[in-house]
Amino acid sequence: MSVLTLTLNGSPVAVPAGSSLLEACRAAGVDLPTLCHLEGLSPVGACRLCLVELEGSGRPLAACVSEAAEGMVIRTDTPALRLHRRMGVELFFAEGNHLCAICVANGACELQDVAVAVGMDHSRFPYRHPLRPVDASHPLFSLDHNRCILCTRCLRACDELEGAHVWDVAERGSHCRIVAGLDQPWGEVEACTSCGQCVDACPTGALFHRDDTPGARRVQRGRAALLQQARQGHGWRNQGEGGP
Amino acid sequence: MSSANPLTASSLGPADRNALAGEPTSAPSPAATPEPSPSSPADRAAAAGPFFPAPSSVSTPAPSPAAAPKLRLATVWLAGCSGCHMSFLDLDDWLFELAQLADIVYSPVASDVKTYPDHVDVCLVEGAVANADNLAMARTLRERTRVVVAFGDCAISAHVPGLRNRLAAEPGGGVAAVLERSYRELADLQPQWPGSSGLVPELLERVLPLHEVIAVELWLPGCPPPAARIRLVLEALVCGEIPQLEGPEGLRFG
Repeated sequence: MSVLTLTLNGSPVAVPAGSSLLEACRAAGVDLPTLCHLEGLSPVGACRLCLVELEGSGRPLAACVSEAAEGMVIRTDTPALRLHRRMGVELFFAEGNHLCAICVANGACELQDVAVAVGMDHSRFPYRHPLRPVDASHPLFSLDHNRCILCTRCLRACDELEGAHVWDVAERGSHCRIVAGLDQPWGEVEACTSCGQCVDACPTGALFHRDDTPGARRVQRGRAALLQQARQGHGWRNQGEGGP
Repeated sequence: MSSANPLTASSLGPADRNALAGEPTSAPSPAATPEPSPSSPADRAAAAGPFFPAPSSVSTPAPSPAAAPKLRLATVWLAGCSGCHMSFLDLDDWLFELAQLADIVYSPVASDVKTYPDHVDVCLVEGAVANADNLAMARTLRERTRVVVAFGDCAISAHVPGLRNRLAAEPGGGVAAVLERSYRELADLQPQWPGSSGLVPELLERVLPLHEVIAVELWLPGCPPPAARIRLVLEALVCGEIPQLEGPEGLRFG
């Protein structure tokens, strides 16, 4: 396997060819906040929190969808990047209805964690307070559009891991939303296998088990990575030494 | 401009007072403080210069330990559930230390004063701005306070009281839609609009975070902010510092 060398915050880093900049950062122990990224799913660069600066490039790059190249000089923690990340998180909070204290995901929410990570103590953007519905038509799970940040992790988990492709993104701008099936109530979509992988993939409390109470959300965030490794490596935990 | 430090040895706790006996403006003496931090808030308060400019009416050129004013602290309850104030009371026995460091000049839980006083140093404001009374109170306290703290998630984001803004976001929404929903659609008996104009404060069209109404110096998140976080903030403020909140101990919403 060929190896690339790049400079990350002033230090040389060697990564396998084909690595993304996000993988290079994490391999080097440099933490970047992410929301739309989930190990085991394809990257989309939707949340823009993993922005990094590449010397010679006029714009910041989303590290998750940028491939590392020989000789790149990358910075991950400049004042401009910190400002962009904090603004991004403030916009997430201002755009939807994110009320941590009364949310099923309180204490287990990546948006809540990321607000701490970027130092957000308030939003400088006015809150929109949109009127959005809750889809409680499924017998096991519910979808609260108020808490959705449109990261599309549910969509990718359903498509790439389960192969059911129940979820899609409909409309644009402030009307943009996740839809089940052909924009049907979730409970009426026959393609749904009720596997719950979308619920495990959701970074916020938008997808949850019906009987979850505030702060009681149960998720297995590592499930996507486990499945991907098992399938690519053709080994499962219950198959002895060959398992991941 | 007075150089008087509003906080002097008169506002120290007993242990700190002993440590500083005879030297009310000496440097902190870490050896005498039991806390892991290099100096106690009271020590730092005594050593710090006047961070908040003293109001002209409180100009004591040579503060003696007996006469120097303490920090004037207020707490205000706007559109919130009072949970933040309950968390303030969760400071338990540290409230006795706070009483040595600050005078609580206005508070729904610690004062009988009915009119917001002048020359307040620090005000913790719980709750969002939801009605005409909240708005008037916010403007009054801003005029009379040096450091305004948005105290808890409702003051910071409108939070639960702001949920009624979801109705305002729709065409034809606003106060009428809120009253219709609350007093008619959801009524079990005698659905009717409250017709007592002027008797209760008029609702604003939208519930607003405090910083969209007045300038705010510090945001103290949490629903409610844990007592330890409130103490972190008050310890810095009594020393004349605006604390830099960071990490899960300082910042977490919810």
